[in-house]
Amino acid sequence: MDVDIRIQSTALDALAETAPVFTGNASVGGVVSFIGLMRDLNQGDEVASMTLEHYPGMTEKALAAIVDEAAGRWQIEAVRLIHRVGEVRPQDPIVLVAVASAHRGEAFRACEFIIDYLKTRAPFWKREQTADGQTRWVEARGSDDEAASAWEKKC
Amino acid sequence: MIRIMYFASLRERLGSAEETLQEFPATLDDLRAELAARGGVWDEVFADGQRVLAAVNQEMASTGQALKSGDEIGFFPPVTGG
Repeated sequence: MDVDIRIQSTALDALAETAPVFTGNASVGGVVSFIGLMRDLNQGDEVASMTLEHYPGMTEKALAAIVDEAAGRWQIEAVRLIHRVGEVRPQDPIVLVAVASAHRGEAFRACEFIIDYLKTRAPFWKREQTADGQTRWVEARGSDDEAASAWEKKC
Repeated sequence: MIRIMYFASLRERLGSAEETLQEFPATLDDLRAELAARGGVWDEVFADGQRVLAAVNQEMASTGQALKSGDEIGFFPPVTGG
């Protein structure tokens, strides 16, 4: 399995980063990719920018563990997981999860699993700057916890 | 000696990014109680029922985790990546 995990402070070109996941691997029958974008609206407030903090050292370990777990559950040919840190603007890609498999079922499930687990286990935190100059930390969502724990029941 | 790091909104509330403790308790739960006992905002943050996540040596901590010299502990709010 080809694994490429990156945390970067530079702009993420999600489309350009997806192509290498399936190029040149004849075993790949399908690729599923998720692109998470920064939104310009949260809780009714207009968000001007967002800053992503992480726990250097732990972040890499946590993402690798999530990908390993996905590889243990499904047959994966290649995974590329790239997450931004630093300042992002509305519509900027924050995260790319691209999974290549022989068959689409595994690619779909592994991709969803990885992003669901990332949202509850990877040590990133978002701080928003609203249009009127306020700064606040984004709160974790119960729906993310539910999505992650649902994977413990199904496979 | 253990090293403790505080992240995100926790760091801002506590006014501390990291510290080292030459003497430290036996378990992570004991450490939380010790930090809460500092009072003020420390008690608010580490009080029972507050959701403060912990990692030991860069892995999410398990209940009742023991501490040893050289450990790195991270305390942080529920994560919001992705």
